[in-house]
Amino acid sequence: MPPQIQLEVVTPARRVLSAQVDSVELPGKDGYLGILPGHAPLITELGIGMLSYVQSGQTHYMTVIEGFAEVLSERVIVLAEVSERAEEIDPARAKESAKRAQERLSKSGSTELDWQRAEVSLQRALTRQAVAGKASGYQS
Amino acid sequence: MPTLIDFRRRIRSVKNTQQITRAMKFIAAARLRKAQEGVIAARPYAREILRVLRSAVARMEDPATHPLLERRPEQRILVVLLTGDRGLAGPFNANVIRYGLTFLREHSSLDIKVMAIGRKGRDVLRKRNYKFAGEYLNVSLSVEFKHAKEIGARIIELYSTQEVDAVYVIYNEFKSVLVQRLVAEKLLPIDPAVLGQPDPDHPEAAKPQADQAEAQKNPPALVDYIYEQPPQELFKALVLRYVDTEIFRILLESSAAEHGARMAAMDSATNNAADLIDELTLEMNKIRQAGITRELIEIVSGAASAIG
Repeated sequence: MPPQIQLEVVTPARRVLSAQVDSVELPGKDGYLGILPGHAPLITELGIGMLSYVQSGQTHYMTVIEGFAEVLSERVIVLAEVSERAEEIDPARAKESAKRAQERLSKSGSTELDWQRAEVSLQRALTRQAVAGKASGYQS
Repeated sequence: MPTLIDFRRRIRSVKNTQQITRAMKFIAAARLRKAQEGVIAARPYAREILRVLRSAVARMEDPATHPLLERRPEQRILVVLLTGDRGLAGPFNANVIRYGLTFLREHSSLDIKVMAIGRKGRDVLRKRNYKFAGEYLNVSLSVEFKHAKEIGARIIELYSTQEVDAVYVIYNEFKSVLVQRLVAEKLLPIDPAVLGQPDPDHPEAAKPQADQAEAQKNPPALVDYIYEQPPQELFKALVLRYVDTEIFRILLESSAAEHGARMAAMDSATNNAADLIDELTLEMNKIRQAGITRELIEIVSGAASAIG
């Protein structure tokens, strides 16, 4: 069994991360997936959520917003539409956009489409906040 | 006969223009660099999407039945014309518009819908009364993936509701700062060769040529994946994302080409202004010299007559 996983996180705009890690947790569309070295090959769609990986005992967090992940026994490739490492997120901005999305959600008379959009942006903002909180706060 | 003042004024005005064109050149150069970095940065993602898609297709029972791979006789087509929103980019917009109009004329026997990305192309197509299926302005200045997604969603909607049978994109491909290549690329249906599938029209030429060397280096490992979602669903999502990625690449290419063309145009404008300033300065000095000579003659002849 390979001792480590090569984790690659790529978005259309850039390569966000390329690292040797001990384990990965992915925000799958239908729930979180924990990946250890030697995992069976797997393809999944990703939702909006938090990706975490363990590297030499430390857990690191990043956001992942929609995409795909391919899991091979010693490689995990995450093709996300948007992804940020925790230290790249501005918590104040995330908080602000969460507030805005919440306001839009509570506004009555919006169409189904508006509502869906607001819901997605709220989800994004909350994920960002959660990830940013992990960066500045405690280590689990 | 223009006076010295006239020349000074003209030189000043040319200098002002030169300053503007020089500034525009630097702006274009900065944007070009950004666009080029964007093109390069988008490659790993595009490569991985294609690889995952290929391996998913290889394991599908009958990929040709998927609505986005299905080939129908081309009777109604969508032509997407990609231009800039602004002028002063040398022949950039004129070339792609001319190429697009020729393409439209050649296919005039078919039922054509057009989509314009960029104001310049929109205006021309509007004037000629083509049937519009959408227009997107102010995309080329800073290309973002969400633009590509929006455009992709519209194109896929048209194609999958069978409103059009094929989608062509006409754009400037970025070769180098000075060279753009005009291309009419078929976006949909997706070329089976791209997906590593045999082409139904040319079964013997099944292999994709461009990627062959690369494919030999890393042969696509036929892995039996666990699918977290039903394969059909996952495949559909992958195909959609692949189309978005293609559009994103095309937008980036065109944007880089536009900034390159603008930079070259503004560079030559700046040089022309410099030449013009030299010429005008020379003219001005001649006139000034003539004035001095005339005054000298007057003094000398005045003095001569006083002595005589």
